[in-house]
Amino acid sequence: MNPAGREGSPPMLTAERLGRVLPGEVPVTLVQDISLTIDRGEFVAIMGPSGSGKSSLLYLLGLLDTPTAGRILLDGRDTSGYGEDELATTRLRQLGFVFQFHFLLAEFSALDNVLLPMRRLGALDEGSAQRRAGALLAQLGLDGQAHKRPHQLSGGQRQRVAIARALANDPPIILADEPTGNLDSHAAANVRQILRDLTRELGKTVIAVTHDLTFASAADRQIGIVDGRIDPHWRA
Amino acid sequence: MPVQLAIALTHLLSRKRQTLVSLTGIVLGVAFFLAVSSLMRGSEGDFIKRLIDNSPHITVSDEYRQAQRQPASERWPTGAVELRRVKPLTEVRGIRGHPRALAYIESLPGLRAAPVLVGSVVLTFAGRIEGVTLNGIVPDKMKQVSTIEDKMIEGSLEQLAANPNGIVIGAGLARKFGLAMGSVVNAASPGGEVRTLKVVGIFRTGNANYDDMQTFALLKRAQGLLDRPNRINRIVIQLSDPYAAREVASIIERGIGYKAVSWLEASEDLMSVLLVRNLIMYSVVSAILVVAAFGIYNTVSTIVMEKIHDIAILKSMGFHARDIRLIFLTEGVILGLIGSLFGLTLGLGLMALLARVELKPPGATELVFLPIYWGYEQYLLAAGFAMASAIGAAWLPARKAGRVQPVVILRGMG
Repeated sequence: MNPAGREGSPPMLTAERLGRVLPGEVPVTLVQDISLTIDRGEFVAIMGPSGSGKSSLLYLLGLLDTPTAGRILLDGRDTSGYGEDELATTRLRQLGFVFQFHFLLAEFSALDNVLLPMRRLGALDEGSAQRRAGALLAQLGLDGQAHKRPHQLSGGQRQRVAIARALANDPPIILADEPTGNLDSHAAANVRQILRDLTRELGKTVIAVTHDLTFASAADRQIGIVDGRIDPHWRA
Repeated sequence: MPVQLAIALTHLLSRKRQTLVSLTGIVLGVAFFLAVSSLMRGSEGDFIKRLIDNSPHITVSDEYRQAQRQPASERWPTGAVELRRVKPLTEVRGIRGHPRALAYIESLPGLRAAPVLVGSVVLTFAGRIEGVTLNGIVPDKMKQVSTIEDKMIEGSLEQLAANPNGIVIGAGLARKFGLAMGSVVNAASPGGEVRTLKVVGIFRTGNANYDDMQTFALLKRAQGLLDRPNRINRIVIQLSDPYAAREVASIIERGIGYKAVSWLEASEDLMSVLLVRNLIMYSVVSAILVVAAFGIYNTVSTIVMEKIHDIAILKSMGFHARDIRLIFLTEGVILGLIGSLFGLTLGLGLMALLARVELKPPGATELVFLPIYWGYEQYLLAAGFAMASAIGAAWLPARKAGRVQPVVILRGMG
């Protein structure tokens, strides 16, 4: 079931006239005048040529970067007045990130990597957190890999651990930056299917930056970015 | 276990060699801090103890702190008085009305006092001549204010009472003159009086100068020899609380008018030397810990540099800047704690070794063990300083880590 557009509830994510300029002797415009609305349970692929501002847009939507113009509404709440701590807490509770190079902490096991956000949030006791982390890894086909370190896992397995970590605190939104960019076709298909299922089965909103047309075709909607702007006519 | 602590521990354990080097710095710093501090404070304590034990807590002498006013100045305090050819009376020096002064002093609580007449005499024996200090004492009273009775190696002060022509001498003088118990020496005063005295006691304090120069005789005999009948020129006082000497001396001086010098006043120059010595000592041993702190700074700084990507990921997950700072501060605290713990243990070992070292200090006649101070506050000081250095060293990289902007790092990694 896709719970998008639930009666009376605000969109999951709204960007209004978003802009981001890097200051300097020659200011660099990363994103300009982007407005978009993403509903609950929607799977959105952001596409565009290299350097077009896709990742910059994702970092803005993920509250990792602060826009120099416009604002972002998360579940109807304006985040433009949030301080650094409030932004961090919002990321902890409502957003999960998956990056191209998994970025797992090398000294920690797969299980401990998944436990990190839960331990920081502290909403679950240690036993419940361990069980949830184990269940997430099992759901993603990582039975028996929980106690392995990242270097003992394949690329696809690492990316699935990263997805489990993104889901640890059960956030409504998953943001993925080239999640299949570093995987072989089999692993990429697996990750694509997992993200697809997150929207269909768990009602998560997934926003993914990708170059992969096959990946993008699995999304509910594709947004093309060219020169930092949404290009309504963009075709891969 | 808090997640910040778990991450901090993991960082340190994954860099065992670097962690060990930093720890070694702190361990050695704390150990040397403790060893040097205990030795310096031990020697200071030993010095003060000797000072308190071997010298009077207060000495009242036949002098005034300020010159006495002339009677004419007393009579006409605002007048311009000129007195010509004033010839002061020649009088026998000493504390006037000393029984009354002694009674007043003895009426004060927490002290014991003994009258003494101190003068110079020349001893002659078998053709040898030596100038010494003769202390005329009342043995019963002297025993209460001096440890000299404890230092007797032969005879006792009591024997002076039984033998009015007795003299008690130091072991150094006895050796120099070849004197033994029962030997007879001649004592001549500057006024020309000569007495024959019999050695009835020999003491050894360990202070070569004292053992060579000081002698004791009965007060009456000394008064006769020095031609100062019924006079004393010192009142020696011991207190139950030696550190109250300054206040009690002031009370006595106000009460009897004569100059009363506490051991603290008499040793002011030495005490200031001890203070300077302590300042130098603590500066040097603190410098060791400051250098060790650079090791911690280096370790934590390197971890911050190496883990810059992890910091960005943790922040993207929702870790606050203060969580990141806490992780790296915790690393400093862990290094400081473990370093202090092992440092204190090693320091205790060094102290135990030093306490077994025997040496003969200049001026001493016997071998003595190095004096070591075992007070708990120096452990707290060493560990506290190590912890402060460790936290200070970790703070800078921790602050830098907390300021990492994840998006800047993620852009570079993409």
